[in-house]
Amino acid sequence: MPRYLAIFGTFARACLVRDLTFRANFILECLTSLGWMSMNLAFYLLVFTFTPEIGRGTGWTKEPFFAFVATGMIINSIVQALFMPSAEELTEMVRSGGLDGVLVKPLDAQFLLSMHRVDFSALANGIVGIVLLGWAVSRFDIPPPLIAWAIYPLLLLCGVAILYAMVIMLAAATIQMGRNQSLYDFWFYLTNFSRYPAEIYSGPWGGPLRAICTFVIPILLVVNVPARVIAQPLAGATWWAVAGTVLAALAAVIISRWVFQRSLARYRSASS
Amino acid sequence: MNAVVDPPAAAPKLAGLRIWWTMLAISIEERLVYRGDFALGTLMRFLPIVTQVFLWTAVFSATSRGDIAGYDRNDIVAYYLLTMLSRAFSSMPGLATGIARSIRDGSIKKFLVQPVNYVSFLLASRVAHKLVYYAVAAAPFAAVFFLCRSFFPPLPEASTVVAFLVSLLLSFLLGFFLETTLGMLGFWFLEVSSLVFGYMLVQYLLSGHMFPIDMLAGIPSGIPGTSLADVVAWLPFQYTAYFPAAVWLGKVEGAELTRLLLVEAAWVVVMFFACRIAWKRGTRRYSGFGG
Repeated sequence: MPRYLAIFGTFARACLVRDLTFRANFILECLTSLGWMSMNLAFYLLVFTFTPEIGRGTGWTKEPFFAFVATGMIINSIVQALFMPSAEELTEMVRSGGLDGVLVKPLDAQFLLSMHRVDFSALANGIVGIVLLGWAVSRFDIPPPLIAWAIYPLLLLCGVAILYAMVIMLAAATIQMGRNQSLYDFWFYLTNFSRYPAEIYSGPWGGPLRAICTFVIPILLVVNVPARVIAQPLAGATWWAVAGTVLAALAAVIISRWVFQRSLARYRSASS
Repeated sequence: MNAVVDPPAAAPKLAGLRIWWTMLAISIEERLVYRGDFALGTLMRFLPIVTQVFLWTAVFSATSRGDIAGYDRNDIVAYYLLTMLSRAFSSMPGLATGIARSIRDGSIKKFLVQPVNYVSFLLASRVAHKLVYYAVAAAPFAAVFFLCRSFFPPLPEASTVVAFLVSLLLSFLLGFFLETTLGMLGFWFLEVSSLVFGYMLVQYLLSGHMFPIDMLAGIPSGIPGTSLADVVAWLPFQYTAYFPAAVWLGKVEGAELTRLLLVEAAWVVVMFFACRIAWKRGTRRYSGFGG
């Protein structure tokens, strides 16, 4: 484990050096992600000029909702920074046979494939997310209890773990199929469902959708549970959600690792 | 090519025909494989609308008003679906960056010596690109619109349908000339990806892709007496997503509809000339770098 941490440190340092070599580009990339994010925030502000709440009686009024959005920003920025750049390269590696080079290295292939690139510019959104969270929480009528702050980081970690497991599953699918650009699009569209409070999925179509996105692909636990812990009163149901999220994160990581190993075992070198 | 395909001299002519037929069948099959992927991709592009529909349903459930800026919940769903359609006409993926790339790597040089107008060439290839896209995307689009038919108001009058089609065609031309002009800025800046990004951002927010522009009507712009919606109305972006949808939903009618169609046409003309000027000036200062 310490060896892997040291190697990851080396990777991260190399990426940071590379990013800071092309400083203007780095700043531009930060501004890019900040641009998209501020546009979304503007949209939410607009929505709240028409309604006091997202869904009647859900408790997602303006400040709690922005705490929700901030939580999503923090989790997504971590995933974008740590895993996505490497995962995006994988498709090309499978096609070009560069994957072979990874497999012969005396390191865990999953570690190497999912963490060898770090995109520091993606962290800009996370920093804004933390600021936004601070702003939103400071305007709550009742500040979150200490216990909420204690489990919040753990739940953020679980959210990151669930998303990571999904990236790994898609990576496994890439290795099996050789090429699947639309599966990565699928990742984008799937995570799209985690962007809003789970309560909005109700009714004859929303109910089943919510159930699938909670119990089958636990995408609705990613942002919802930590945001709920920080922004809403800690009632009994929330505790169940917390326990469920921790279990789901563990299960997701274990299952995705198993699937990934299996697909590697089936991998037959592509070219070269 | 001939050397490979030509049947041996002894073989009857029929064999050559059969080989040709096989090649045709293979290429059609290849297209079909690609088409499935493509159609699936088109379908998935509707997924974000699903979340959007649930979001607005939740918003309507929490507010006592029956409509927001003149849109009830069904209108909003119909609106998002219709903007998908207008975007299918006006969005030009890769156009501006492609032009800038050909300036940078020098492949644009051949258009300077050939008796082919570069912009006409781009327009022709874009039309072809769009036609193939519509042929493939028609089925998923039709399926989604059919499933969601209950969200739409009753079919508008024929004149409205005509105006809608005209607005779509104009939005294709407007999108084309906007992006081409943007790409031509590559003569000055070489790398336009950040400009394109800025354009996409402004476009996404102000074209009505994200929400109906009417929702900005109550928000002051900082200029006394004008709302943000007024400011957006002065810009060309709303014609690339909002306007055709608004026409279909009957949000713009009568004299106002005619006026806005003329304004849209005027924007097309303005961008057409902007594009020509950019090409003239740009090629004059172009120094032919790259391969």
